[in-house]
Amino acid sequence: MTSIILRTATRYMFPPLLVFSIYILLRGHHYPGGGFVGGLFAGSAFALYTLAFDVADARRLIRIDPRDITAAGLAAALLSGIPPLFTDHAFLTGTWWEVPLFSGATMDIGTPLIFDIGVYLVVFGVLLTLVFVLGEEE
Amino acid sequence: MLILLSICFIAALSAPWVYRICPKYTGAKLVAAPLAMFVWLLKKLSDVMHGHPVEQQFSWVKSLGLELAFYLDGLSLLFSLLISGIGILIILYTQGYFKGHPQQGRFLMYIMAFMASMLGVVLADHLLLVFIFWELTSFTSYLLIGFNHESAAARNAALQAMLVTVLGGLFLLAGIILMAGAADTWRLSELIQRGDLLVAHKNYLPILILVCIGAFTKSAQFPFHFWLPNAMQAPTPASAYLHSSTMVKAGVYLLARLHPALGGTEEWGMILTTIGTATFLLGAIMALGQHVLKRLLAYTTVSALGAMIMLLGVGTAYTIKAMAAFVLAHAFYKAALFMIAGGITHETGGETSIDKLGGLRRAMPVSFACALLAGLSMGGFPPFFGFVAKETWLHALGDYPILIGATVIGGAAYVLVGLSTGWKPFAGKMPAELHAHEVPLSMRIGPVTLGLGCLVLAFFCGPIGHALVEPAASSIAGEHVHVHLHLWAGFNKYLVISFITLGLGLVCYLARSLFLKTAARLGVLARIGPEAVYQLIYASVLKFAGWQTRALQTGILRDYIRVTVLTAVALVGAAFYRAGGFQQWENLSPISLRIALVAVLMILAALATVHSKSRLQSILAMGVVGYSMAMLFTFFGAPDLAMTQLVIETLTVILMALAFYHLPAFRHSSSVRSRLFDGTIAIGVGVAVTLLVLAALHVQTPTPVSDYYLDHSYDMAHGRNVVNVILVDFRALDTLGEITVLAIAALGAFALLKLRSGKEEGAP
Repeated sequence: MTSIILRTATRYMFPPLLVFSIYILLRGHHYPGGGFVGGLFAGSAFALYTLAFDVADARRLIRIDPRDITAAGLAAALLSGIPPLFTDHAFLTGTWWEVPLFSGATMDIGTPLIFDIGVYLVVFGVLLTLVFVLGEEE
Repeated sequence: MLILLSICFIAALSAPWVYRICPKYTGAKLVAAPLAMFVWLLKKLSDVMHGHPVEQQFSWVKSLGLELAFYLDGLSLLFSLLISGIGILIILYTQGYFKGHPQQGRFLMYIMAFMASMLGVVLADHLLLVFIFWELTSFTSYLLIGFNHESAAARNAALQAMLVTVLGGLFLLAGIILMAGAADTWRLSELIQRGDLLVAHKNYLPILILVCIGAFTKSAQFPFHFWLPNAMQAPTPASAYLHSSTMVKAGVYLLARLHPALGGTEEWGMILTTIGTATFLLGAIMALGQHVLKRLLAYTTVSALGAMIMLLGVGTAYTIKAMAAFVLAHAFYKAALFMIAGGITHETGGETSIDKLGGLRRAMPVSFACALLAGLSMGGFPPFFGFVAKETWLHALGDYPILIGATVIGGAAYVLVGLSTGWKPFAGKMPAELHAHEVPLSMRIGPVTLGLGCLVLAFFCGPIGHALVEPAASSIAGEHVHVHLHLWAGFNKYLVISFITLGLGLVCYLARSLFLKTAARLGVLARIGPEAVYQLIYASVLKFAGWQTRALQTGILRDYIRVTVLTAVALVGAAFYRAGGFQQWENLSPISLRIALVAVLMILAALATVHSKSRLQSILAMGVVGYSMAMLFTFFGAPDLAMTQLVIETLTVILMALAFYHLPAFRHSSSVRSRLFDGTIAIGVGVAVTLLVLAALHVQTPTPVSDYYLDHSYDMAHGRNVVNVILVDFRALDTLGEITVLAIAALGAFALLKLRSGKEEGAP
């Protein structure tokens, strides 16, 4: 399927979609969003790219095997459960640190964020695996 | 004890690496672990002798009352000394036996893990711990017997041993649980003091029978004896170890251990004595017809175990003494003979039949000497420890003429086997085609130690009896027992019986060819024996499994979906039926116009999905259903769900379009009837799910879970979006499970599509 319109539109839509997916991931803690939806967005960005161009192009674009992304996501989610064990809490209990930012402001960074990033990566990796495998079988 | 036991397990696990890094003298290095155990046990000997058992416990799973509790008294000490002591010799022997064998490390790992498990069985105090170690011995012996995994016979024998012993293990587990319930304790050391409670309990008979089945399968008692001779497929060091001192004696140990708790009743005596005597005779008689070295020894092992059970069954202080002494004697001569048998086979290029062996005394003088010592001890000739044990045994059975008779017959068979293995291969002329030489040093240590041991034990039988047999017998009896073993007990009728046995045995030995002929003729009997029953059950189970798999796994997706959703509908329907139907009709909120419109749209789209003429139409129509759903979510204030639903729907359409690309041309392949049937199912599912959701809305819990989440989302989890907080914090473990499933599903899809046979993996 080669369509000039789709390809051109994809070129413009692809970067904002990816940025938006990360925005969705990060805002998830307070507003609608989160790792799952974020991962879906990122996945659909690449699905769009795959449709407009082809699987080989999409693979070149991402460089990493999507299965590795999935594995990395699982590892991140799993590892985010470890820190609370050191403070005698149950596995996966949310643990938070206050990170000082510029001019006295602080920001809370916690293991749930890492966990959410893991979810993001898993969803993203799984989607890409499926899209690539199905798209390549031609 | 825990530390020493852990060292043994760690040594076992490290064996392959030790062997890989420096293959020379691997055995000698690894022996340090059992040696440490052995030395420690010897240090505790005097404590235990004076009636002070060693106890240790570490908490494990506190909430379940599981403890790593260990207990060392006379009985454990006798067994653990044998296990670790003979273990040392066997590991050294293995080093020579498997010299240059590429898998030596693996074998050492198995056998050391086995040894550690076995030590665990005899040292553990918590019943469940005993069971765990018990199953570990079954498992490791499976690995040992099936060590030559390229041979089908070895695999079958291993599987048979495993199935029989594990089946018994399940019975044992049931028995253990009942027993712990009846005595209200999981600790063996407490259990054995509550014998009165157990014997009087209404579950006493079931407990006894279950425990006995467990012990009998493990200790190869009739009718479960058949796995043991078959297990001779194992490499010789394993056979020597499994059958002389350990695995098979686990059952004997367990019954001996439980004697104070369960013993002393009529049922106990009847079951144990009958089965024990039957096994004793059966094993002895079947041994007569054998000509393969290891099988000869295996059948006498079956028989010896029967004898131990028989003595335990009679259960007087005398027979318990005799049993403890016999355990010791048997371990020594049987391990020695097995090791020599392995040595002979090893050094003659694989000869296993004693009828083809002869005249090895010149080629293998050391082995000959040891074999003779052990063989004579086995036959019960004076002045060996076997004789001492047999004397005690006969004395103990003084009031039971039938059992004395059985002993004479069995004893004669022992004489025959002892001579067949200890004398026959070495005597006479060496067949011309046989080439043999003496075994290497590492393979000599074991037989020499044990062979001389048979003699030394006899001369020091007084102190040995006091130090080892007496504490063990006291533990079994549950009260203090005095043991005085004598090499020369004076001239009495038992001595006469003993000599009659020896004479009978010698006659049998000379007339051996007669037995072989009879055995060949009786081969038909095997077809109706317990082993045939085992084979029949085994084959039937496989057949049933095959039928079941074919019936349940049709490979047609539609069948799977039908079964799944029908089950769900049936369960929901049953729940409604029991609750008296759906009762909340009056509580339903009114439906607004916009919702009604969306609902109509969804129904139309669903109908379009089913009726469309092409796949693309179907997919798109289904997409409409999904988007309408997202709209409903926004109406009800669930932006998270709506957003996710939208993206998911889009992606589903894309993925389906990609997937349908590979399918054959679209056509209606099902008949009108089956479509109607499927339609009915679909409507049923819809109705059931709708009712379920409506009913769920009205379920009253004291405090809704959602309130808790809403209240604590910010202060505990630093987040205002409750949906997300639930996903990544409150219920993160669920999410972790879900993403794992997701990843596995993706891998599965990848494997299905990419790795089909004849197709290489695509670009990485």
